[in-house]
Amino acid sequence: MRFFEDIEIGQRRDVGSFTFTADGIKKFAAQFDPQAFHLDEEAGRKSLFGGLAASGWHVGSVCMKLLVADGQRRAREALARGEKVAVWGPSPGFRELRWVKPVLAGDTISFASEVESVRSSEKRPEWGILQIRNTGTNQRGELVFSVLATAFVPRRSNS
Amino acid sequence: MMLTFEDFPPGHFGTFGPRHVTREEILAFAAEFDPQPMHLDEEAASRSMLKGLSGSGWHLCSIMMRMMFDGFIGRTASLGSPGVNELRWLAPLRPGDDLTLDVEVAEARVSRSRPETGIVTFKGVVRNAAAVALCEMVSPIIVQRRADIAAERAD
Repeated sequence: MRFFEDIEIGQRRDVGSFTFTADGIKKFAAQFDPQAFHLDEEAGRKSLFGGLAASGWHVGSVCMKLLVADGQRRAREALARGEKVAVWGPSPGFRELRWVKPVLAGDTISFASEVESVRSSEKRPEWGILQIRNTGTNQRGELVFSVLATAFVPRRSNS
Repeated sequence: MMLTFEDFPPGHFGTFGPRHVTREEILAFAAEFDPQPMHLDEEAASRSMLKGLSGSGWHLCSIMMRMMFDGFIGRTASLGSPGVNELRWLAPLRPGDDLTLDVEVAEARVSRSRPETGIVTFKGVVRNAAAVALCEMVSPIIVQRRADIAAERAD
């Protein structure tokens, strides 16, 4: 992971894609969000979603999964080059999460991450605060998911 | 009787739970969706900013969803949610926590684009047994209006 000093507004990266299967959608829903349109094809077809739809929390969790995998891959590469790797702090939250369109069984969602703002933390000067727009786009190029996440990033000078 | 838009006037709606969270489920969620050392490994977690094993924030969100479902969404004529206005992770979720969920209706208005529905904006706060707030969320849900259900029955 990068340090605060390495980060600029507009930096964007693709973090990978994920196919939501009917079984995967139902398994997550049974545990966390057992509304009929997330559990049953027929109920999904009759709903506003028009088909068996993934829980929005499933979509968000998969986005997190791909962000973590991408971060860990990049950290391994940086270590292999002999570079120092920044350890980001826990996130204080997010804003503007939008489930723009339903994610239906069989959809493949590609996720991307773009830095929207960068500033120093007033309370903790050794940290910077980023706002990152994470998005998911389906196989037809339609935006389905968007969230503005906040992250704490350490300064290189303090590491 | 399913709850409809009319059942959600602004103000305190209810308190739900407790929901016990085990170490096993924290590890299982983290392994699948958020395999950072602070969510998976006791030793690494004790050295992290959160000072001990903690659940993924997305796990906490997903548990909050389930508590909302068990509390009222499962018996509400809900058509889904367009998103979350704001979510704040305030304190770590720990193995063994017993969670309660407080729900307030922040705003309820009839939808302009689909007048047979209303948009109910909830504020949910999840607390542990020591009453420490772990997570706070503001999110709208689209809910059917009663007049529409009555019209369907007349058909």
